[in-house]
Amino acid sequence: MKAPLSWILDHVDVPAGTTTEEITDRLTLTGLKLEAIESPGRDITGPLVVGRVLTMEPEPQKNGKTINWCTVDVGDANGTGEPQGIVCGAHNFEPGDLVVTVLPGGVLPGGFAIGARKTYGHLSAGMICSAAELGLGDDHDGIIVLPADAGAPGEDVRPLLGLDEETIEFEINPDRAYALSIRGIAREVLVSVEGASSFRDPVLRDTPPADDAGHPVVVEDAEGCPVFVARRVSGFDPTAPTPDFMVRRITAAGMRPISLAVDVTNYVMLETGRPIHGYDADKVRGAIVVRRARDGERLKTLDGTERSLDPGDLVVTDDSGIIGLGGVMGGETTEISDSTTSVLVEAAHWDAVSMFRTGRRHRITSEAGKRNERGVDPTVCEAAADRVVELLVEHGGGQADPGVTVVGTAPTMPVIEVPGDLAARVSGMSITEEQSIACLRAVGCDVAGSATLAVTPPPWRPDLTDAQDFSEEVIRLVGYDKVPSVLPTPPSGRGLTRSQQLRRRAGRTLAGEGFVEVVNFPFVGVADLDALGLTADDPRRDLLQLSNPLSAEAGFMTSTLLPGILRAAGRNVGHGTTDVAIFETGTVTLPRHSGPAAILPVDRRPTEEEFAALDAALPAQPLHLAVVAVGDAVAGGWWGEPRPVVWSDAVEAVRSVAAALGLEVTASSVELAPWHPGRCAELSVEGEVIGHAGEVHPTVCKAFGLPKRTVAAEVDLDLLIARSVHLRQAPSFSSYPVAKEDVALVVDASVPAADVESALREGAGELLESIRLFDVFTGDQVGEGKKSLAYALRFRAPDRTLKEGEAAAARDAAVALAAERTGAVQRA
Amino acid sequence: MSGPNTDYDPVEVTPLKADQVEAMREAALAAIAAAPDLDALKQVRIDHAGDRSPIALANREIGALPPQARKDAGQRIGQARGAINQALAARQVVLEAEHEERMLAEETVDVSLPTTRRRPGGRHPITLQSELIADLFVAMGYEVAEGPVVEAEWLNFDALNLGPDHPARTMQDTFWTEPADHHVVLRTQTSPVQARTMLTRKPPIYVVCPGRVFRTDEYDATHSPMFHQVEGLVVDEGITMAHLKGTLDHFASQLFGDGITTRFRPSYFPFTEPSAEVDVKCFVCRGVESDACRTCRGEGWIEWGGCGVVNPRVLVACGVDPEVYSGFAFGMGIDRSFMFRHNLEDLRPLFEGDVRFSSAFGTEI
Repeated sequence: MKAPLSWILDHVDVPAGTTTEEITDRLTLTGLKLEAIESPGRDITGPLVVGRVLTMEPEPQKNGKTINWCTVDVGDANGTGEPQGIVCGAHNFEPGDLVVTVLPGGVLPGGFAIGARKTYGHLSAGMICSAAELGLGDDHDGIIVLPADAGAPGEDVRPLLGLDEETIEFEINPDRAYALSIRGIAREVLVSVEGASSFRDPVLRDTPPADDAGHPVVVEDAEGCPVFVARRVSGFDPTAPTPDFMVRRITAAGMRPISLAVDVTNYVMLETGRPIHGYDADKVRGAIVVRRARDGERLKTLDGTERSLDPGDLVVTDDSGIIGLGGVMGGETTEISDSTTSVLVEAAHWDAVSMFRTGRRHRITSEAGKRNERGVDPTVCEAAADRVVELLVEHGGGQADPGVTVVGTAPTMPVIEVPGDLAARVSGMSITEEQSIACLRAVGCDVAGSATLAVTPPPWRPDLTDAQDFSEEVIRLVGYDKVPSVLPTPPSGRGLTRSQQLRRRAGRTLAGEGFVEVVNFPFVGVADLDALGLTADDPRRDLLQLSNPLSAEAGFMTSTLLPGILRAAGRNVGHGTTDVAIFETGTVTLPRHSGPAAILPVDRRPTEEEFAALDAALPAQPLHLAVVAVGDAVAGGWWGEPRPVVWSDAVEAVRSVAAALGLEVTASSVELAPWHPGRCAELSVEGEVIGHAGEVHPTVCKAFGLPKRTVAAEVDLDLLIARSVHLRQAPSFSSYPVAKEDVALVVDASVPAADVESALREGAGELLESIRLFDVFTGDQVGEGKKSLAYALRFRAPDRTLKEGEAAAARDAAVALAAERTGAVQRA
Repeated sequence: MSGPNTDYDPVEVTPLKADQVEAMREAALAAIAAAPDLDALKQVRIDHAGDRSPIALANREIGALPPQARKDAGQRIGQARGAINQALAARQVVLEAEHEERMLAEETVDVSLPTTRRRPGGRHPITLQSELIADLFVAMGYEVAEGPVVEAEWLNFDALNLGPDHPARTMQDTFWTEPADHHVVLRTQTSPVQARTMLTRKPPIYVVCPGRVFRTDEYDATHSPMFHQVEGLVVDEGITMAHLKGTLDHFASQLFGDGITTRFRPSYFPFTEPSAEVDVKCFVCRGVESDACRTCRGEGWIEWGGCGVVNPRVLVACGVDPEVYSGFAFGMGIDRSFMFRHNLEDLRPLFEGDVRFSSAFGTEI
C-alpha cells in the first residue's frame, strides 16, 4: 500500500516537527513495515519555477526540426527580473502560458544538470520542462502547461506539481487488511506515534437515510453479500477533469487515473478501504439482483476477458443478465464510458471467502479483490457511497438523486473471551490487565469484564477471531522491542541421529577424495531421460508430474540425480574447467501411485491410521548420491604423467563412501543406461543392489556436452546408511610370521576377476590373511581371449608359526578351487 | 711356534723393540689421519690393524721372548694396538659424518616445486551452513528433525492453520503435483516438519529442521524455485515470546558474532500468533547507521526470517494440548543467511555447480 503522507495527515495530527522517518519507524515497529519513502521531486534540485512565456519565435533548422526561441518571465527567480531566453523544442504552448522552468544551476532526475549553453545560435539559459523530464511519467508529448491560475512567475513550482509530496509504501500483512486504506493507516499512526491525536475518521459522516426511492436491489444471497448500498448521480459531465490533487494521490498510490467517475471510486476506496463499483446508470436495465452464478453462465469483464462462471461466483445482474462479478470486477455492458452522464454507485460488502475463491478461480487480481478477499469493514458502505456521491457532485457537476438503497445490515462482531493475563503469559512480559484493556481499546475493541475479558473487535478487524489474536494486539502496542531475551532450558538432547551423522560422513569422505559437492534443482523433462538413453520401460521414466512447472521442459520431479549432475559437469567443462570431479546428494522422487493425501480435519489430531495414510500417499523419496568425474584424476607434473579418469574411479568413489560406513561393495557387470554397455558395474552390499557406476556412454556424454570417458555413479545412500555397521568389533591379529605366496592365473577374458578372487579366497581356507590382485595382463604370452591375473596371498595362523609347506598347500588348494570354478590355469 | 723358543736370542727380535713398535704406531696413526674417505680408511685398517699388519705380525713374536720380557712387550704392543683401533674408530665416525653430509647435500631438492597432484574437493556451502546451524542448536540440546520435500497439502498448509481459503496461501506460490486431487505439493516451507514432529513426538519438543523448499519463483539473482530454510520449533510448558527472543539472540550471536542481537517486528504467519519478522543487527556496521554499509543498506538491520508463538490451532491439529503446552517457532532462509554472511549478492552460483564456487569453501565454514 502506497499512501501519500499528506493524505494520512488529513486524518490524524502528529506533533509539530515529527519527521516522516519518525512516523515510519514507529509504524514499522507496530506492524506496518516501511518499504520505501518516495517523493517525485527527490532527485530535483535548484530553481524550478513558474514561468510565463512572453514571446516565442519558431525557427526552422537545417535538420528539419523547428525550435522555438522563447523569452520567459520568471519573476525574480533569476536574480535579475529580466526575461529568460530559452530554446524549446516543444510546440504545445503559446505566449501567455504558464510553464515549468528550470533555471541554470538546477538538476533534473538522472543527474541532468542545467546550465546556460549555446544552442541553435542562441544562449539558452534554462529549460522548459515536460512531465517526463521531471520524472512524472512517460508523457513525452510536450511540455507541461500549467493552469492559468497556477501561480505567479518565479514561484517555486514543486508544491503545484506535488513534487514535494512524500508517499510512504508499506508492506501490509494479510491480517491488517484495514491498513489497505488511508483510514486504517491514519488509525495506526494514532496508536503508534507518540503524541498523535485528533483522528478524523473519513467514514464518520452523516448519511441520508435509506428509502424506497433508490435503484431497486434484491440480494438473493445475503450470506455472500450482507450489505448492498446503491446511490445515483445524474447530470454528470463526462468530460469533467479529475482534480489535480486526486490524480496526484491516486497516481502516488500506484493506480492509474482514468476518468473522473472511475477516479472518484478509486479515491474513496483508497481513503476508506471499501471497494466501490460505478455503473453507467443508463445502461442498467431494471432491478439489480445479487445471486450466485448458474452453471454455464458467462460474463465479459471490464478487462475484456470472456469468463465462464462457476456456481460459487457471486454475480450482479439486471434484466439484461449478468453485469458484474460481484466485488471482483464489473462487466463490459454497464461500464462507465466517456459519454456516461448518470452513475450508479455500488458499495457492497462481500463474503471474503467467496471473493478469494472467485479471484483465484478466474486469476483476477484487482485492487478491489485484494481488499474484499482480506476483509473490509462492513459498516462503512453507506458512508463510502455517500462520499463518492459528494465528490462526483462536487467535481463532475451532477446532482445526487434523492433515493438511497440499502439492502441488508452489517454483520455484528462476535464477543470473544480473552484471559486478562494472556498477553503477559504469551509474551513473558509483565503486562497488567489494565494495560491489556487499554491497548485493546486503542485498536478499537470494546472490552468488558475483568480476569476474563469479553472483547468485541472493531468491525474493521475480522482477523481477530481467537483469544491469542488479541495478545498480539496488546504486545505490539506495548512494544515487541520490550520483549525480554531469555534462553529456555531444553532437556538433554541426543545429538544428531546416526543417519544424520553418516550423511555428513559420506559428504566428507567424497570431499576428501577430491570431489566437489553441487546442488541441482530436482526438475527434469522427458527429453533429459531420453538424453540419458533410458529404455522405454526403464523404471526411472516413472515420474511425478508438476501441475505448474516453471518450464515445460522440466515438468517433473526427477527420479535420478544423473541429468542434473551431468549437466553441471558439462557447464564446468564449458567454462574451461577440464578436470571435474563433483558429487551431489539429494532426494529423488519415485511415485508409488497410491491414493490421494487426504485433507484431514484440523480441529483434532489425525489418528495414527490417518497420519500413516498421508505418508503412504506420498511418493518414495530416497536420498541418492551421484558422482561424475571427467578429465584427469591425477594431474601431470614434474612427478610424472597425468592419470586420466577411468571407469573404476566411479566405482572407487562409491567404495570409499561405503568403506566410511563400514561396508564392502561388490561389483558385477551389467548393461544399464546411461553407462557404457561394457563398462557398467552393478554395485551391491550384502547381496542388495545399491546402485551403479562406470563409464558414461559416449552418446550420453555428447548429449550433455561432456568429453568421452566421463564416468559417473548413482547409488541409494539411504540403503547404504541403513546397512552401515554401527558397532564395529575390535580386531585381533596374529603376531606370528607371515608367509607370502604369489600366483598368476590365466582365465578367459570374460571371467570376472571377482569370481576368481572369491574362489581363491574360499579355496585358501582359514590361513589366508589377505589377497590382493596386483597385476592384470593380456597379450600374446597368455593367448588370445585370455587374461592373466596375478595375486599376492598372505598366510598366517593366529596361534602358531606356519609349518614348512603349509602355506604352499593352502595356495595350491586355492588355485585348485579357482581352476574348478573358473577354468583358471596357473602360469608357470 | 707352538712352544717357547728357548734357543732364540731375544735381542734378535727387533720388531718388539720399543722404538719399532712406536714407529708402527706412528705410521698407523699417520695413515689413519690421512685417510680421505671411508674406502681409504678400510684399506688403512687392513694395512695397519689387519691380520697381516706389522703390528699384528710383531704381536706373534711375543711368544719368542723370554718370559720376563713378554710382559713388557705385550704391554707395549697392546697399547699401540689400542691407540690404533681408537684412532680408526674415531676416524670412522668423522668420515661417516662427512659422507652422510655429502650424500644429503647431493640429495637436495627444490622444495618450491608444485606438489598438488589432485585438486581439493569441497562440500557445498549450503550444506556446510545447514550443518553449522544444526550444530549450534544441537549444542543447546535440540535435535534435528526431518521430513519429505514432496509433501501432503494438509501438512504443508491445513495443519498449520492455512485453510484452503486462507489468503496467505497466495503469499506462497506453490508447486502442485498431478493428479491435482491427490493434494500433494512441493513443500513451500520447512514448517510441515513442525507438524510432523508434533505428530510423532511428545513434548517437550526442541527441534530444528533445515531443508529444501520450493516456490514458483522465476530464477534470478535473488529468487530461486528451490531454496533452503531452517525451521525451529519448541513446545514445552510455559514457553513465551521471551524464550523465542532469547533463542534467536543466541542464534544470531553464534552465527554472526558476539553482540549481534535481533529485533522483532509484528508480522503475520497463520501458524504463529503473535507473529514477528526477525531482523538481525548488521554484523558489518554493527547497527551503527551508516549509509555506506552495503550489507544492510544503511538500515543497521538485516531482514532475517519469521517467527512467533505457535498458534494454539496448530497445536490442536497436531495433537498437543494448548491448555498445558505453548511453543515458539522460527524460520530463516539458509541461502539468504549464507549470502549476507559471506557477501554473495547473486544467489545463482549456489545452484550452478561450478566447482570453483564450492571448492572455495572447502569442508568447513
